[in-house]
Amino acid sequence: MNENLFTSFITPTMVGIPIVPLIIMFPSILFPSPSRLVDNRLVSIQQWLVRLTSKQMLSIHSHKGQTWALMLMSLILFIGSTNLLGLLPHSFTPTTQLSMNLGMAIPLWAGTVATGFRYKTKASLAHFLPQGTPFPLIPMLVIIETISLFIQPVALAVRLTANITAGHLLIHLIGGATLTLTSISTITAFITFTVLVLLTILEFAVALIQAYVFTLLVSLYLHDNT
Amino acid sequence: MASVVPVKEKKLMDVKLGELPSWILMRDFTPKGTAGAFQRGYYRYHNKYVNVKRGGVAMVLAAYMLFNYCPCYKELKHQRLCKYH
Repeated sequence: MNENLFTSFITPTMVGIPIVPLIIMFPSILFPSPSRLVDNRLVSIQQWLVRLTSKQMLSIHSHKGQTWALMLMSLILFIGSTNLLGLLPHSFTPTTQLSMNLGMAIPLWAGTVATGFRYKTKASLAHFLPQGTPFPLIPMLVIIETISLFIQPVALAVRLTANITAGHLLIHLIGGATLTLTSISTITAFITFTVLVLLTILEFAVALIQAYVFTLLVSLYLHDNT
Repeated sequence: MASVVPVKEKKLMDVKLGELPSWILMRDFTPKGTAGAFQRGYYRYHNKYVNVKRGGVAMVLAAYMLFNYCPCYKELKHQRLCKYH
């Protein structure tokens, strides 16, 4: 039972070859590029969604921050589609792997910090000290702000990993419980099944929300630094 | 076994087996040509399986699900319904 629970998170291999790159590249073929004035249904829906999201997300940024539009939009599309595809049975979700989330979070965070230091050195250094702190507290507060700055990428990655992994684990556990309960008492199995349905709805929401939160925080760090 | 139409202009399905090596060597291996090949292949896949009136992405996702069943089979073999595990 213990070994079975985590086997859905191991690297999938087929005849000894890890197929993880294929799985990571798979969502890209579900987003065809618009080529005509009026495309088919799928492309039109995706275009509308991308326009809606990009307007909402990029409205707070200055001109410099809006050069990051492509990066932020592809980020939210990638994380959202990967999380949603992970809800299919038997599929492997790359975002459950901490390595991949760290690989996404650290470069993006470092990019925002480097942009801030390069173009507005004084203002980004000033972020280390909030306004109106009493004089004796300043050294301690600078240390605390530095720690909180360096924890940002780790928090981004671990948040995404933990949320998606926890959701998948809960679905496995409750699904297994429902199956074993059917032979013991049908009513309890039915209650557990209702919990499973609600949990699946939550997982759909979490998949999208996590994508949104990740992208929003990156854009927030960007806003601080441009 | 030369055919009437020159090998160069045939599509892959029309090329006979004996002519296959010369057909492969004839292909355009420049970066632009390879990119064109990928683009053509992608649009063939898209127009055949996604750009249809009924279904489309659902069929692709069902195929993805079945494809993902293969690596899991080894672990799932033990979960078959039987009297003694």
